[in-house]
Amino acid sequence: MEPVLEVNSLTMDFGGLRAIDQLNLRVMPSEIVALIGPNGAGKTTFFNCITGIYTPSAGDIFLSVNGRRERLNGLKPNRVTQKGIARTFQNIRLFQNMTVLENVMIGRHCRTSSGILGAIFRDRRTRLEEEKVVSDSYKILEKIGLDRFVNELAMNLPYGAQRRLEIARALATEPFLLLLDEPAAGMNQKETQELDELIVNIRDTENISILLIEHDMKLVMRISDRIYVVDYGKKIARGNPLEIQRNPAVIKAYLGEDPDA
Amino acid sequence: MDWEYFLELLLGGLTRGSIYALIALGYTMVYGIIELINFAHGEIYMIGAFTALIVASVLNYAGMNHVAVAILAMVAAIIYSCAYGFAIEKIAYKPLRNAPRLSALISAIGMSLFLQNYVLLAQTPDFLPFPSLIPDFDFWEPYAHIISSQEIAILATTVSVMILLTVMIKFTIIGKAMRATAQDRIMAALVGVDINRVISVTFVVGSATAAIGGVLIASHVGQINFYIGFIAGIKAFVAAVLGGIGSIPGAVLGSLVLGWTESFFTGYISSDYEDVFAFLFLVLILIFRPSGILGRSETQKV
Amino acid sequence: MSGIFMNVRGELKKSFQISAWFMFLTFPILVIRVNTVENVIEWRWYNMAIVGVSTFLGSALWRYLLSVKEKSQRINAASPGNMTSFQKAFSDKRFFYPALFILIGFVISFPFLFSMYQANIMITALIYVMLGLGLNIVVGLAGLLDLGYVAFYAVGAYSYGLLNFHFGLGFWTTLPIAAILAALAGILLGYPVLRLRGDYLAIVTLGFGEIIRLVLENWGEFSHGPSGIANIPRPSLLGIDMTLTQNTIFTYFVMIGLVLFTIFVVNRLQNSRIGRAWIALREDEIACQAMGIDRTRTKLTAFALGATWAGMGGVVFAAKTTFINPASFTIWESVIILCIVVLGGMGSILGVISGALVLTLLPEYLRAFSEYRMLIFGIMLVSMMVFRPEGIIRNVRRTYTFSKE
Repeated sequence: MEPVLEVNSLTMDFGGLRAIDQLNLRVMPSEIVALIGPNGAGKTTFFNCITGIYTPSAGDIFLSVNGRRERLNGLKPNRVTQKGIARTFQNIRLFQNMTVLENVMIGRHCRTSSGILGAIFRDRRTRLEEEKVVSDSYKILEKIGLDRFVNELAMNLPYGAQRRLEIARALATEPFLLLLDEPAAGMNQKETQELDELIVNIRDTENISILLIEHDMKLVMRISDRIYVVDYGKKIARGNPLEIQRNPAVIKAYLGEDPDA
Repeated sequence: MDWEYFLELLLGGLTRGSIYALIALGYTMVYGIIELINFAHGEIYMIGAFTALIVASVLNYAGMNHVAVAILAMVAAIIYSCAYGFAIEKIAYKPLRNAPRLSALISAIGMSLFLQNYVLLAQTPDFLPFPSLIPDFDFWEPYAHIISSQEIAILATTVSVMILLTVMIKFTIIGKAMRATAQDRIMAALVGVDINRVISVTFVVGSATAAIGGVLIASHVGQINFYIGFIAGIKAFVAAVLGGIGSIPGAVLGSLVLGWTESFFTGYISSDYEDVFAFLFLVLILIFRPSGILGRSETQKV
Repeated sequence: MSGIFMNVRGELKKSFQISAWFMFLTFPILVIRVNTVENVIEWRWYNMAIVGVSTFLGSALWRYLLSVKEKSQRINAASPGNMTSFQKAFSDKRFFYPALFILIGFVISFPFLFSMYQANIMITALIYVMLGLGLNIVVGLAGLLDLGYVAFYAVGAYSYGLLNFHFGLGFWTTLPIAAILAALAGILLGYPVLRLRGDYLAIVTLGFGEIIRLVLENWGEFSHGPSGIANIPRPSLLGIDMTLTQNTIFTYFVMIGLVLFTIFVVNRLQNSRIGRAWIALREDEIACQAMGIDRTRTKLTAFALGATWAGMGGVVFAAKTTFINPASFTIWESVIILCIVVLGGMGSILGVISGALVLTLLPEYLRAFSEYRMLIFGIMLVSMMVFRPEGIIRNVRRTYTFSKE
C-alpha cells in the first residue's frame, strides 16, 4: 500500500541553523503516527514545511491520494490544504471574533466556489451551497461535541473547547491527512481522555490519517500506531509504542546521559 | 560632464541624506523596540523646529548674543521634542501595547493628525521665516557655492549624533536593555529589564535626534510650517525601510542612498516629481527587498 | 472611609501632576506666538489656564475610562447574544417598522423641507457614507489599513471629468466605467503590495495616494494640472432640462439610491463566502491560509471591491461640484474616511453610516468648531482606539438556529 504522506530526507535551514536534518517519514492510510521529541527538536518546523508555511531547503514531500502522487514542495499553504492536508496550531489560532460555526464554515471555503457575483445576486446555486456549508459545518460541530456553542464567539470558548474547535475547523477542509500540533497541551486528564477518543474516532469513521506532535506520552502511547522520535532535527528512533519505550536512544534524549554509563 | 555640478549634487545629497538620517533613526529605533511605525515622529521633528523658532525669536527680541540664542534654541527644541515624544508614547501607544497592530497604527495616525492641527491652530497655517542659527563663516566663503558652512555644520552634527548613539547602544546599560528588548520583549522583562522605561527612553532618544534634525534643516531651508513633519517623516521612513527597518546603520545608509538618489534625480532629470520619486522608491524597495539593505529577513513565527 | 479619601487625594495629586506637565508641554507653542512680520511677540497666558484646567479634568476622565475598560474586558461582553440596547431596539419588530417608516418619510421629504444648502450638505454626507462603506470592506472586514483610499476617489472623479471633457460621456455612462476603472486601479496597485505586512501596507498605500495626487498636479497635459477640470455636467435625467434646485434634488435622490445599493451589496458580501474569508484574514492570516484560503486573491478582491465604491463616489463628487482639482484628493481625505470607519465601528454597516453622518454633518452644523475639526478627529482616532476599538456600533456576528432532530 502506498503511504499517504512520504517525506524524503527533508532538510530545513534557518541561516546557519539546521532545524531539520535529512528527515524521512511515512504515514500510511488510516494510520495514527506520532512525532515526539524534546522542545526545540524541530517538530513544528516540520509541520510548517509540510503545510507550505516554510519552503524546505532540501528534500521531497509527497502526498498520495486515490492513487495520485503529488509533490508538495513549494506549494503555498492554501494549495496544500486544498490537496488534502489540514492542520491545527500549537498556540491556538482561531478566528477569535467569529462565531464557532463561522470558524468551521471557513474550513469549507476551499471546497466551495461561489464568488462575488453569487454573493451579490444570491442565485439558487449560491443559496444551496451556502445552506449546505451551514449544515455540513453544524454536523462537524455535532461530531466534535461543540454544537452547544454554535453561535458563541470563538474567543469566549473554554480552553479545551478551543482546541477541539481547531480540529473541527481542520476537518471541515476534508483532509486525507490531519496534522495535530500538541492537541492536548494545557488540557486536564478528562479532556485529554475525550480528545484521545475523538482522534481515534476521526481516524476510524473518516479514514483520515493522523500525524500528531504531542508531549503527553500517555496519550501518544495509547493511540499511536507508530512513533517517530526526533532530536536536534534528526530522527533518532522509529517504531511502535512498545519499541520506542524500550529504545535506549530515546531514553537518552529524554533523560539525558544514562547515569550508569 | 560638469564635475563641479556633480560635486555640488553629491554634497547636497549628503546633507539631505544626513538630515533624513537624523529623523530615520527615531523610526528605526521605535520600530526595533515595539514594532510600530510611529506616524507622529515627523510631527515631533516639526515641533522641535517650531520650539526653536519661538525660543530664538523671544531671545533675539530680548537682545541676546547670537551664539547663545542658537545654543538655547537647540536645547529648548531637544527638551520639548523629548517631552512630546515621551507624552505621545504614554497617551497613544502604551495603552495599546497588547492590542492588534491595526489599532496602534490608527492611533499613531490620529496622533499625527492632532499634532499637526494643534500647531496649525496655536501658531499659524502660513510659512514662518526661520532665523539662520548657523552663521556663514567668512573664511569658507570661496568654497560656499559647493558646500556652505551650514551644510558642514549639518554633516558634523549628524556624524557626532551617530557616534554618540552608537556608543550609547553598544556600551551603556540602557543600550543593552534596548537591544535585549528589541530581541524579545517578554524575555527581557523576565530577566528584569524595565520595559516601560526602555520604551520611554527609546522615544525620548529618537525625539532628541529628530529635534536636532528639525532645527538644522529649518535653519538650512529658512522657513517652516506645521506641515513640514509629514513629508520629512515619510522620506525618513522610506530611508529607514530602505536601510532595513530596525537597523541603526541601515537607517544611516538608507538615508544617504535616498539623499543621493533624490539629489541626482532632481539635479539631472526633473524636480517636478521629487516627492513622487521618494514614494516610488519606497514601493519598489518594499516589493523587491522588504527587509532592506541591511535588514534581516524575518521568518514568520507560527 | 479614609481609604476612599486617600484614593481621592492620590487621584487629585496625579491629575495635578499631569496638568502641570501639560502646561509645561504646551507652553511655547500655545502661549507664545511670534509675529515675524511686525516683530512682536504675543503672550497668550489664558491658553495655559485652559490647558491646566482641561488636562486636570481630562486626565481624571482618562484614568477612569481606562479602569472601566479593564474591568469590562474581564467580563467580556463580546458574545453575539450580547447586543447593545440600541441593537435590541432595532431588532424588535414593534419598534423597527414604525422607526423605518419615519426614517423613509424623512429621507424622501428632506430636500423639499430644507434649503438647497442643506440638501447639498446631505449629498456630501451621503458620498461619505458610500466611501465609508467602501473603505469598511478593506479596513473593517479584511483588516488592511489602506491610507491611499482617496486615490480611487480621484480615479472616479477624474474618469468622469476627463471622459466627459474628451468624449462627452454623461454621468450615467461614466458611473459604471469609473467603478470598473477604480476596481482595476485597486487590483493594479494592490497586486504588488498586498503581500506586505500590515504596517508597510499602510505606508505604501499612503505613498500611492500621494503619487496619484502629485501626478495629477504635475502632468498638466493629462489632468489639466492644479487648475483642474471645470464645467463638469451635473447628473442628467433622460435629457430633461433641470433648474439648479431640481438638479440638486435629483442628485440627492441619486445619492440615496446609490447608498441603498451600496448597503445592499456590502451587506450581502459580508455574509457570504467571500466576506467570511475577509474577516478570517483579518483575524489571523496564517490560520486563514491553512484553511485553504488564497491570501493574495482574497485581499485583492477586498481591495478592488472597496475601490469600486470610491470610484463611484468620485463620479458623484465631480458631478455635484462640477469642478475638480487635485487639491480635493489629499491624504487627509483618506484619513477622514478612515475616521468614519473607526468611529462608526469597523465591520459594522450601521456603524459606518452613523459615523459618516456624524463626522460630516456635525462640523457643518457646529460652525464654531469647524476649524477644530481635524484636531478633534485626531483626538477621536486615538481615544477610540484606546477605549472603544470596536466603534460606536459593534459589528454583531450573524447567528444561526438549528432544530435538534
